[in-house]
Amino acid sequence: MVAETAPSDMVVAGSRPSASLPLRAWGARRAEALAIPLGALALGFGLFSLFLLSLGKSPAAFLDLVYRGGFGSAFALQNSLQRAAPLLFAALCVALPARLGLVVIGGEGAIVLGGLAAAAVAAPLSGAASGLGIAAMALAAFLTGALWLGAVGALRAWRGVNETIASLLMSYIAIALANHLIEGLLRDPGSLNKPSTRTIDEAFRVGPMPGLEVHWGLGVGVVACLLAWLLTERTTLGFAARIAGGNVRAAQIQGLPVGRLIAGFTALGGALAALAGFFEVAAVHGNANASLIAGYGYTGILVAFLARQNPLAIPPVAFLLGGIEASSGLIQRRLHLPDATILLLEGLLFLLVLVGETLYGRFKPFSPHLWGEKRAAASQTVP
Amino acid sequence: MVPFPQSVRNVVPRDEDAAAVVPEAPPPGAIAVETIGMSKRFGTFAALDDVSMKIEAGGFHALLGENGAGKSTLVKCIMGFYAPSAGSVLVDGREVAITNPKGAQARGLGMVYQHFTLVPSLTGLENLVIARPRVPAVIDWRAERAALAAFMERMPFRLNLERPVAELAAGEKQKLEIIKQLFLKARFLILDEPTSVLTPAEAEEVLGLLRAMADRRELTVLMISHKFREVEAFARSVSVLRRGTLAGGGRVGELSRDDMAAMMMGARPVRAAPNRVGRPDPDRVVLRIADLRATDASGLRHLAVDALAVQAREIVGVAGVSGNGQKELADVLGGQIRAAAGRVEVGGEAYDGRRAQSRARRVRVIPEEPLRNACAPRMSVAENLAFRAFDRRAERGASEGGAVPGRPTVWLDTGAMRRRARDLIARFGVKTASAEAPIATLSGGNVQRAVLARELTDPVDLLVVANPCFGLDFTAVAEIRARILAARNAGAAVLLISEDLDEILELSDRIVVMSDGRIVHAVSRAEADARSIGRHMAGHH
Repeated sequence: MVAETAPSDMVVAGSRPSASLPLRAWGARRAEALAIPLGALALGFGLFSLFLLSLGKSPAAFLDLVYRGGFGSAFALQNSLQRAAPLLFAALCVALPARLGLVVIGGEGAIVLGGLAAAAVAAPLSGAASGLGIAAMALAAFLTGALWLGAVGALRAWRGVNETIASLLMSYIAIALANHLIEGLLRDPGSLNKPSTRTIDEAFRVGPMPGLEVHWGLGVGVVACLLAWLLTERTTLGFAARIAGGNVRAAQIQGLPVGRLIAGFTALGGALAALAGFFEVAAVHGNANASLIAGYGYTGILVAFLARQNPLAIPPVAFLLGGIEASSGLIQRRLHLPDATILLLEGLLFLLVLVGETLYGRFKPFSPHLWGEKRAAASQTVP
Repeated sequence: MVPFPQSVRNVVPRDEDAAAVVPEAPPPGAIAVETIGMSKRFGTFAALDDVSMKIEAGGFHALLGENGAGKSTLVKCIMGFYAPSAGSVLVDGREVAITNPKGAQARGLGMVYQHFTLVPSLTGLENLVIARPRVPAVIDWRAERAALAAFMERMPFRLNLERPVAELAAGEKQKLEIIKQLFLKARFLILDEPTSVLTPAEAEEVLGLLRAMADRRELTVLMISHKFREVEAFARSVSVLRRGTLAGGGRVGELSRDDMAAMMMGARPVRAAPNRVGRPDPDRVVLRIADLRATDASGLRHLAVDALAVQAREIVGVAGVSGNGQKELADVLGGQIRAAAGRVEVGGEAYDGRRAQSRARRVRVIPEEPLRNACAPRMSVAENLAFRAFDRRAERGASEGGAVPGRPTVWLDTGAMRRRARDLIARFGVKTASAEAPIATLSGGNVQRAVLARELTDPVDLLVVANPCFGLDFTAVAEIRARILAARNAGAAVLLISEDLDEILELSDRIVVMSDGRIVHAVSRAEADARSIGRHMAGHH
């Protein structure tokens, strides 16, 4: 079904003989990058509909609720954007190391520790200037995340430890560590029902963006996506990372510092994920508590894969997933489905996106090198 | 994946299907195989067009042709990897439908691939037992061992089957592959460039024994080859493919090398290698290695080079059987593994392969299998061509490839990258659909052309190149060797690591032989003698 949705888009491009070949080739590659994830999304919703039907629920009602809960009103939109903000950072934490061919899935740990670090430095700075406090919190989160996942990168680069497993295990450690500190050393004695760190100064709170009720994390996240795109696509450093990701042996032969690239990109990914934690503390919760462990790191993996690790595609995909998550509560109440339903949908989508990854370059309309073969053959028959 | 046209599956009635044939059944003795009107199209591209040829029972037939001539496609059609678009296969004069390699095996057809298909961690015995079409759920190893001992008595080669395959030398692995096919009762054996990994003596032994089996009518052999010498020495008949069609053939002995070359190449002129210009400069030793010790990533292979020097305008050829430390030597020079001890000096200073060093000393390393080791397969041709120069911006006014490699830059200049790519593609004759096509879509020869374009446009002081022509066709080989020789003539010191002795003898000013990680023999071009080199390669010092 994924395959069937794909070529239909391309009939248009293919039937334009006037368009120059490079332009057509460029268009075909772009169309492929769009058609395959969209096909996976469509198929995922299709299969999920079957699941709903088997429970006797209406897929149409489900879609309607997703729309109303995530996108249908100003309130719903703000809610979706609010949830999209941490997803931007979490997705970058996956997409940046992916340039080096690494699959880092430990963003959740960096988010939690980033939030905790921000809350921890806010306490002793109490009473300091607003700008100083916010900068110190952000920096603390940034460095904590960089160290946490940079360690995973370093283990990968110099000791050959699998980064996927290591980052996941580090994530568990981070969560356990955070729980331990929130319930112990950093606990505000006043937080009785829900152990939390001390609430940060009002001056250190990050406010909403002008004209929106969504905090600055969204704006900073979008800018981070743009910068990440510039880094990977337009700088020599990003190109070096792509070489190493494309073939590490080729990169070594070229004398590129592969180890430092790996450690650096994973550290940057961890630092950005930790910023999500910083914004959750400074803009949403006001302190660090168990609410930090909300699974943004894991949803971020799905966002990054749906966006094909392209930083520019992350914001719209994060918005979409943010909306789906925002509608979760409504779906629970109206359709009487368990809250795991959205997880099931996300898992299904993720699986199909991964299957879609194997389909690139298989469809002739999308693959200019296959057109070339055709022309070469034609020119051979007419010597 | 290529969609399989199903037409051939209906050629014979159902009860003749491969699955119905009992694998243990075929009676001993060579079988004749014939293809009739074999064609294979990929889309509109005809990889194979109406090829009919017959290999007599007990024949030793060679299949010659350039890369992309359709040799592999033809044998893959015979073996049932591909369903041919048209045409059929006759075994012993009867038309058969072979829809998959298992079916081919059941009919007594076997193939030895260029790359090994053995499980490295298992012993020869274990590899043979698990290769059988039907392996019992519980294996009685004692019985298998006894049965195999009896089987090995009848085999032409002696092999220790108790050793893990990973410990075997390439020649032994090749023998084991052949034994595996004979064990599976192959009576028609296809060999895909069987000697690319063997020493001359091993090649002679293996092919000689197979020829003897063919002469006794125990086996029919079809050998894909690039080497005329081999064809003339062992094959009885030959077919030549060109661009998917049968260009000619005949009995060996009735065709001259010129005849065969003409069939292979068609009317195209073959580029002659340029002459050696000038002599090595003994005052300018570019590369000097002293007491170098290193171990590869697996920890199994050790390198111990006590002394090796390469002068400007000199090609030093490193001969040796695959897996005797040549790859590790190239890896040390390419910065992929670090030396445990000793010194590597380029231009009189220590060298470790970092980018700044390789730029300053003008060192280029071209590893073997360029697509696997020197390219990012999914990146475009243009991007791959930029690997060497992407982080420098040419000074305005400075000539391309001047001595100053430009200043470092943070921003990627994609426009300059594209222009440079077009220029290099044109100058080096890289055949590609476009500069934006992924480099993995190029043929092997064109990948190597692209890599040479990237590495040899700027002046080079030291060129380290490993198996540059492995698996490439005639024209590409001549062109690539000419470029290496041209670099040498321009004053570069060249370390040529190659498993192809003919290549070493053709290009080198001096030849060293590696065995077991050490340099065991060194000889000048004038005194080089293939027999004594071969003896050292094979470990007789």
